[in-house]
Amino acid sequence: MALNRMFRACPMTGLKVHEPTEALIKANAVAAVVSLAVGGVLALLITLTRWPAVHLLPPDWFYLLLTAHGLNMLIYWIIFFEVAILYFGSSLLLGCRLATPRVAWFAFWLMVLGALMNNYAVFRGDSSVMFTSYVPMPAHPTFYLGLILFAVGALIACFVFFGTLVIAKEERTYNGSVPLVTFGALTAAIIAVFTIASGAIILIPTFMWSIGLVDSVDSLMYRTIYWAFGHSAQQINVSAHVAVWYTVAAIIFGAKPMSEKVSRMAFLLYILFITIASAHHLLTDPGLTSNWKILNTSYAIYLAVLASMVHGLTVPGAIEVAQRKKGYTRGLFEWLRKAPWGNPVFSGMFMSLVGFGFLGGISGVILGTEQLNIIMHNTIYVPGHFHATVVIGTTLAFMAITYFVLPAIFRREVSFTKMAQWQPYIFGIGMTMLALFMMGAGTLGVPRRHWDISFSGNPMGYEFPGAAYLMMGLASIGGVLAVVGGAMYVLIVVHSVFLGKRIETPGFERVRMREGYAPAMQPSGVALQAHGSAAHHAWAAPGTFTLAVVFLASFILYYFVNWKYLATVWPLK
Amino acid sequence: MSAIQPPEERVWWKEPIAPIEITWILIAFVWCLFMFIMMPYWHIFGKQNLANEAYRSTPELFTAKAQAMVDKYKVREETEQAIPVVRPPAGSDVYLVARLWQWWPLLELEEGQTYRLHLMSLDWLHGFSLQPENINIQVHPGYEHILQVQPNRAGTYSIICNEYCGINHHTMAAKLYVVKK
Amino acid sequence: MSEVARNNAKGPAAGSHEDIEDEAIPAMQHLLDNPFILLFLGVVVPTVLYVIWGVMEIVGIPIAK
Repeated sequence: MALNRMFRACPMTGLKVHEPTEALIKANAVAAVVSLAVGGVLALLITLTRWPAVHLLPPDWFYLLLTAHGLNMLIYWIIFFEVAILYFGSSLLLGCRLATPRVAWFAFWLMVLGALMNNYAVFRGDSSVMFTSYVPMPAHPTFYLGLILFAVGALIACFVFFGTLVIAKEERTYNGSVPLVTFGALTAAIIAVFTIASGAIILIPTFMWSIGLVDSVDSLMYRTIYWAFGHSAQQINVSAHVAVWYTVAAIIFGAKPMSEKVSRMAFLLYILFITIASAHHLLTDPGLTSNWKILNTSYAIYLAVLASMVHGLTVPGAIEVAQRKKGYTRGLFEWLRKAPWGNPVFSGMFMSLVGFGFLGGISGVILGTEQLNIIMHNTIYVPGHFHATVVIGTTLAFMAITYFVLPAIFRREVSFTKMAQWQPYIFGIGMTMLALFMMGAGTLGVPRRHWDISFSGNPMGYEFPGAAYLMMGLASIGGVLAVVGGAMYVLIVVHSVFLGKRIETPGFERVRMREGYAPAMQPSGVALQAHGSAAHHAWAAPGTFTLAVVFLASFILYYFVNWKYLATVWPLK
Repeated sequence: MSAIQPPEERVWWKEPIAPIEITWILIAFVWCLFMFIMMPYWHIFGKQNLANEAYRSTPELFTAKAQAMVDKYKVREETEQAIPVVRPPAGSDVYLVARLWQWWPLLELEEGQTYRLHLMSLDWLHGFSLQPENINIQVHPGYEHILQVQPNRAGTYSIICNEYCGINHHTMAAKLYVVKK
Repeated sequence: MSEVARNNAKGPAAGSHEDIEDEAIPAMQHLLDNPFILLFLGVVVPTVLYVIWGVMEIVGIPIAK
């Protein structure tokens, strides 16, 4: 059959690779990296402007570039990459042809068109409305139209993913349940559908308002529904990067999930509850009741936080079990010390996990506590928090998996291997500095999206304490370091893809696959002996558990520090 | 078998859960429950909460209310723009207008007294950010948001805007005076 | 991992499914295996709790006198 001739067997992973899928993964990954490169240049200029001692750009350029930075990073870099992950998680992991590659290409070009149009609107200069484009501050109609086209493209890509799941099941390319990583990708896709639908509900009327068809759009309604899009988009990232963590644990260590049930239930909690935390942004807004705020901001009793805490244990736990099986059993942490820290796939993934948990996760819960939000809302604490989640968490995880994708999908050796070893560290450390010092400055009240915290020449201005300036400077030094790390990544990727050494392995072959039919299941008893039993052994991962307890202790401590601080401010009712 | 392959057992739901996992889930869940309860708890026993009092309003209506307050309680003017400074009586309704790119009027409050502070924007979104206290409230056009505030320390405070509101966003700042009785 | 490729290449000859499908699949596993029920839940829960409830509250804000 014609379709089935388009597979090749991957000698690295044993996966059957559908070649149209491979081409689509490449295209989406390239678009992602281009967006990252653009966003990175903007990041440098922005961070040099918020560095009080440098203060590089004039205000109009600062606000313009900050808008473009948010869009290119938070939307284009990440969603293009996530579409690649969806295709990887469905077609490749299930050994299945991709549903309707032509439609997938249509989706891709629609997304490219949308991204270009939206960027065009921003660089025209009349749409410096920030990533959030709150009404009634107007942007050029192409700003909204570009976003809408991009979102429609991404939605189509999600349905290509769902279609591929259906085909794989019909054609029996796998047995039983989908792999856990595919399940994680499914979680991301489901959240994406809700996200994009919400975006459509609010951006379409806003577009109509911008061309004069609608009189006005209510600002509170806009913010409420917009955040079902804007915040949930970041929850797609969480699901996607957790799926990447599991992938890396599998390909580097051959680690088996400690328990399929627990990990999948954790993803189910994401599916059900993670998106309602869009309320994080509305905790100081008028008119919404505390009932609504508390239930939504807490992901319904913090069930999505519980899910993240579970993933945060099971991923390193599975790695620990696999490492201990290899004989790294001394003490609590030999498994971790002897991990391949020189392999950027691992080092990037592990920093992503730790940074996301300790910095992004804890600060996110604090920010999202109804009353604590009062002392942080719209301060630079907020970007500090989400640079820890989206950049250290998601971007670093995506960078890490890239070092696997280059040889596996692009069939190129990673260029500049020494630089690649250093890259995750430089990026990770820079971004950690940026996030930490931004949060520090935020607790001193420094506002986000602000060109001049010195209020020079303004008799009404506020004089921030010296510590705030110091921290803004240190954050910017971290930002510059992260830009260097990001530039290294872009250089390595571009060089590898275009000039890297082609990988020609004897194992490379086109495979004919008869339609469908995966191998039969292994009898479960054998498999249990082979791998599973270790995980079920009592306290199979004591080192991970210790780390988890350290995490919880810091969480609790920091939580109460913030309540203590809140208790000292003016009484409010 | 690993996370990138289908589960090896057809019925994986019945696999036992590792003790380390179940312990962690229980601990984490208790903590989640605690954090959840903390919010209603603070509404009852804490002193820093936002009321749910808000009204839909218009710029004309809100400006008129603010103007009436200024006419009645103005004590002086400041800066070249002659921005009025208002000292409303303790316990009264205090109106603060947010507009491009100004907070209007300037307020002078008494330490330890409670005021009903009304916040609204006349144009775009703004962010009420009281420094160095670091109290931050979103200010919407079309919605009058009412908070009861009780300044508990005398001094000169600043109100800056921390919601991006266009090219002069960073110039939007005002003073708030808290004086001893 | 190459074992997988070898297994896959064997195709349908490697064994039929019926002989291992003796045990009933638990309901929760069925749920987790069905992407479309999950999609339904993942869209309905936030739509009701967040969007609809939130919009109702905004619509219900009283008008200032």
